[in-house]
Amino acid sequence: MIWQLDLAILTLVAICAVAAITVRDLLGAAVLFGAYSFMLCLLWAIMGAVDVAFTEASVGAGVSTVFFIAAVFRTTRRTKD
Amino acid sequence: MLIHAALEFPVWGDPNAPAHLHVAPEYLERAYEETATPNVVTAILADYRGYDTMFETAVIFSAGLACFFLLRTRSRKDPGDRFFRHLATDMVIRIQNPSMKIPDTPYLQPMDSFWTPRSTIVRAASRVLAPFIQLYALYVVAHGHYSPGGGFQGGVILGASFILIALSHDLRTCMRQTPEKLIGVLSPAGVLFYAGVGILCVLAGGNFLDYGALAGWFGMAREAARSLGILLVEMGVAACVMATMVIIYANLSSAGGHRQGL
Repeated sequence: MIWQLDLAILTLVAICAVAAITVRDLLGAAVLFGAYSFMLCLLWAIMGAVDVAFTEASVGAGVSTVFFIAAVFRTTRRTKD
Repeated sequence: MLIHAALEFPVWGDPNAPAHLHVAPEYLERAYEETATPNVVTAILADYRGYDTMFETAVIFSAGLACFFLLRTRSRKDPGDRFFRHLATDMVIRIQNPSMKIPDTPYLQPMDSFWTPRSTIVRAASRVLAPFIQLYALYVVAHGHYSPGGGFQGGVILGASFILIALSHDLRTCMRQTPEKLIGVLSPAGVLFYAGVGILCVLAGGNFLDYGALAGWFGMAREAARSLGILLVEMGVAACVMATMVIIYANLSSAGGHRQGL
């Protein structure tokens, strides 16, 4: 494994995770959460857990992002807190 | 006291921890000869931990059920202004009278109330792409023994192909392809199919979800029967997950009305 690549992806995972919970725009948070899931999926594929990476890519990055965006679309885009 | 006890735990990631010394090598060594399934992850999920996976499928089903009961509305209240597109002239007709009936002609197409441009490229691309996505999903379900994947992933990809149609066209097109009655039946049928395979094993003289007992009925070796049993339950999981994904999306994106989605 190329450790520079691992470190870069891990940094992106951390940045996306922190950004997803701090950003005030809920639509942005949903998209950031999708990016976080995708980076995590890459990390798992690097570590050899291909089944988990597959699930993360399809469920985490794919369908749940669509669900979040659908929910945001039907409610409000701004958080109250 | 809890912290004191936690200090006695094996070091995190220690290869000599008890959990890594007995259980994991046992699975890795014996999974293939016991289940004839090269992908050990699938063998563990669907065979050794068959109960877990069955109730996970039941959890997915109840998630879809909760979404249905919380959001689905069938009220006859005022649907608001309705919009129709006259296909020949591309004019948009707005109807404010809720009691006015619109005849079901091929010239008038129902439209979403917010403006949706006719994006021909997106529509054509996703219409071409959807069958390939579905084929790939079926491959993932059926090939879960040999390569990564299985019922959950395949079912999600299958559901995502219908969601893609709903996003690129509109929700009505998606619900014509997967009618609500069909997916409403398919979701519990997947769970019942899984449990039915387990009961079949009991009838064949084994334990619940002990696929090896099916060997006598199918006239094959015990290991091959276990492999086949895994495939059967994966099909049940895929049916349930696919139907649940479409149910959740349709109810969530249309706020239960199923009239217009995203």
